[in-house]
Amino acid sequence: MIKIRNLTKSFNGRKILDGLNLDIEQSKITVIIGRSGEGKSVLIKHIIGLLKPDSGTIKLDGVDIASLKERELNEIRKRFGMLFQSGALFDSMNVAENVGFVLKEHTGLQDADIEKIVREKLVRVGLKGVELMATDELSGGMKKRVGLARAIVMDPEIVLFDEPTTGLDPIMSDSIADLVLDTQKALNTTYVLITHDIPFTYKIADKIAMLHEGRIIASGTVEEMKNSTDPVVRQFLEGRAEGPIKVY
Amino acid sequence: MFKDTLERLGLYAQKSINSIGLMMMMLANAAMLCFTPPVKVRNMFKQMEFVGIQSLFVVVLTGAFTGMVLALQGYNALKRFGAESMVGPTVALSMARELGPVLTGLMVTGRAGSAMATELGTMRVTEQIDALSTMGINPVKYLVVPRIVAGILMFPLLTVITDFVGVIGGYLVGVKLLGINSGVYIGRTVDFVTIDDIAMGLYKSLVFGLIMTLVACYNGFYTTGGAEGVGRAATTSVVTASVMILISDYLLSSILG
Ligand SMILES: Nc1ncnc2c1ncn2[C@@H]1O[C@H](COP(=O)(O)OP(=O)(O)OP(=O)(O)O)[C@@H](O)[C@H]1O
Ligand SMILES: [Mg+2]
Repeated sequence: MIKIRNLTKSFNGRKILDGLNLDIEQSKITVIIGRSGEGKSVLIKHIIGLLKPDSGTIKLDGVDIASLKERELNEIRKRFGMLFQSGALFDSMNVAENVGFVLKEHTGLQDADIEKIVREKLVRVGLKGVELMATDELSGGMKKRVGLARAIVMDPEIVLFDEPTTGLDPIMSDSIADLVLDTQKALNTTYVLITHDIPFTYKIADKIAMLHEGRIIASGTVEEMKNSTDPVVRQFLEGRAEGPIKVY
Repeated sequence: MFKDTLERLGLYAQKSINSIGLMMMMLANAAMLCFTPPVKVRNMFKQMEFVGIQSLFVVVLTGAFTGMVLALQGYNALKRFGAESMVGPTVALSMARELGPVLTGLMVTGRAGSAMATELGTMRVTEQIDALSTMGINPVKYLVVPRIVAGILMFPLLTVITDFVGVIGGYLVGVKLLGINSGVYIGRTVDFVTIDDIAMGLYKSLVFGLIMTLVACYNGFYTTGGAEGVGRAATTSVVTASVMILISDYLLSSILG
């Protein structure tokens, strides 16, 4: 459903993405892995049109995202839900207003109905009774979960999660994995996730793609990646400091 | 050395022209979005309260003391020609044509302009503006338009208040303190001040409101460089907007006569 071809992006003369190709299939869970600073967040921001590529195309159902005007882009973005790595919660709003914001802006729903959906989604990410809290009263993991609830509040077709389990305890991580699997089954949601959480990845991924030096160097199912002979993939999945990837 | 300076000057000019271009584009964009539904009435009221209501205290204080000092100085100067009766019109005309709009503009810029740039700048560096975009909401429409509209509407209103308080301050000093005859003071003021004088000040303040909000929104919206960048955006906004207000005041004075 999303086809990325020859995507190139530089910042201040430094090439971050260098001719990247990736296919994201409909109703599947695609997990992007790769070292810190390799450009995973940059990649995901291209998919939703926040960043414009220097060259290359990102096609969603055959339409090139990069060529769209603001207005058309805004229509397409209503099909997406996104969790930012930083959370990006609106600090002028409380938790409930944050989660219910898109509903209020894009649907004609009554406040009472919005409240109900918000409560439901918050419970889904393990939060109860936090509706009226200000965002700066939340812990890091709570912020992340409010961000998750906000991303899925409209039951979007395509969900982009940038490190959904970072900062969560292992039990909560597993419960987020269940949430991803459940919504994918029930609503046929397409997921693109970035994560460093290997158990989480193994549990949910239909496809794992590894970003390294500006390209996807390997991709495949969990089994395929586990059995990969590529030394870079092996080193990453096994989490070893020694190998072809140098830490220093 | 000379070449270096020249180069830096060139670079600075280039950057300035660049940002003026971007600012004009933001204004054009905002003007267009202003009339495309849905209109963000709630956001507008919130900003009008922030720019207007919350500036009342500053503006009243500014108006009162400016009017008072004008009366005092005007009296000292006019007494030499035996023209004490002209203190009233002097105060009122200065307030309405110049000091009302300009001082209101500068005070509100200091108060609300820096806060506006800081708020938008923080939203930019914490990706809140990007988050709005990903939700299919135009951030210029949601954030910039209400602020500019609030500036354009509230600056003239605040200026009226400054003018009014200034005239009262002048009256108190002139009549109660310096002993000018009350009837003469009021009579002369009414004789000399026309609607055009007041209107001129209000046109000016409308422009100042646009300048302040546009500059603050622009600097906040395009903030880069984390917390330091946010601070820079606030400072730049206040300095740029204040200078632009003073320059445009001169231009408007010469155009509007
Ligand atoms: N707006 C930007 N301006 C300049 N450089 C940027 C910008 N965004 C990202 N970069 C650079 O691009 C590189 C990739 O950043 P990115 O955030 O995509 O990494 P990442 O793979 O998500 O890492 P992490 O796992 O730590 O989140 C970094 O070196 C960063 O410095
Ligand atoms: Mg990242």
